[in-house]
Amino acid sequence: MTDMTMTVSGGSGAEEALRFHVTEDHHPENATLLGFWLYLMSDCLIFACLFATYGVLGREYAGGPSAKEVLELPIVAVNTTLLLFSSITYGFAVLEMQNNRRGPMMAWLIITWLLGAGFIGLELTEFTHLVSIGAGPGRSAFLSSFFTLVGTHGLHVTSGLIWMIVLLVQVGKKGLNAANKRRLMCLSMFWHFLDVVWVGVFSFVYLMGVLA
Amino acid sequence: MSDHTQHVHDDGHHEHAHDGVEQIHVTLKGYMTGFVAAAFLTILPFWLVMSGAFSKTGPADAFILLLAAVQIVVHMVYFLHLNAKSEGGWNMLALVFTIVLVVITLSGSIWIMYHLNQNMMPSMMKNVQNLP
Repeated sequence: MTDMTMTVSGGSGAEEALRFHVTEDHHPENATLLGFWLYLMSDCLIFACLFATYGVLGREYAGGPSAKEVLELPIVAVNTTLLLFSSITYGFAVLEMQNNRRGPMMAWLIITWLLGAGFIGLELTEFTHLVSIGAGPGRSAFLSSFFTLVGTHGLHVTSGLIWMIVLLVQVGKKGLNAANKRRLMCLSMFWHFLDVVWVGVFSFVYLMGVLA
Repeated sequence: MSDHTQHVHDDGHHEHAHDGVEQIHVTLKGYMTGFVAAAFLTILPFWLVMSGAFSKTGPADAFILLLAAVQIVVHMVYFLHLNAKSEGGWNMLALVFTIVLVVITLSGSIWIMYHLNQNMMPSMMKNVQNLP
């Protein structure tokens, strides 16, 4: 969206300019949020590849445990609840940010962080349990692809948690200025995007895995 | 060769006026609508699977995937505030492109690998079926 104009030289030195764009077209003045959206879309492609890998390898047990035998739905139900609640509490934080109320905004952000940390804690418990019963990532193609897909999502949530701490410190020190609001909106998109990916994970991996 | 003079509003604006954040106006009602819809679309498939209401995989799988697709749309609209107008439509364009790539990646991989399993290893398939 650069403004390119080409001046025609020669003739009577006319100031006629050839314009290769519509001048009245509105374009975003600061495209940080759009750029972050493009990053999320590329992240989406990473997850698409991991989902495809799981789709291909997810039923290759190599004589090891099947998805039905090792995946425990009650834990996943609790995890899903935690992540969904953390989405709505981040929404409340954005609402408070919109009203320029720093204290309540930070309170909702801390609640979101605790819910996200609970999610990661529960997921790590599940992973260590799987490894301890001999169903680690090296056991079969199913478990390799399972750990890669779910683990990548978990790593994303972990980096979201670190980002949240950084933003809490920044908002605590500098307040809700324009830059911090922009960062909070980026993290909001990141956080809700992770919930979208999790919808795919619990449907495709856990629910369909237990049914198979 | 570049020229900014025709953009009068480019001059002298401050960062906060055009940082993109102010374009998005979120409401409590929007978040709550999305949350209730997402909760319903989560509880329903979990309940159907955990209560044992689904026994066969075929139609059940399709139903779970359908509910997941609906929930993803709910998240996009109510939590990610996506619409055709945000960022001049570029958000939606990038999303549509991504969805095309995702569908090709997923369906192509599963389709091709399924047929490779069936056609290239007929003797192996019998052994695999005998495994526990």
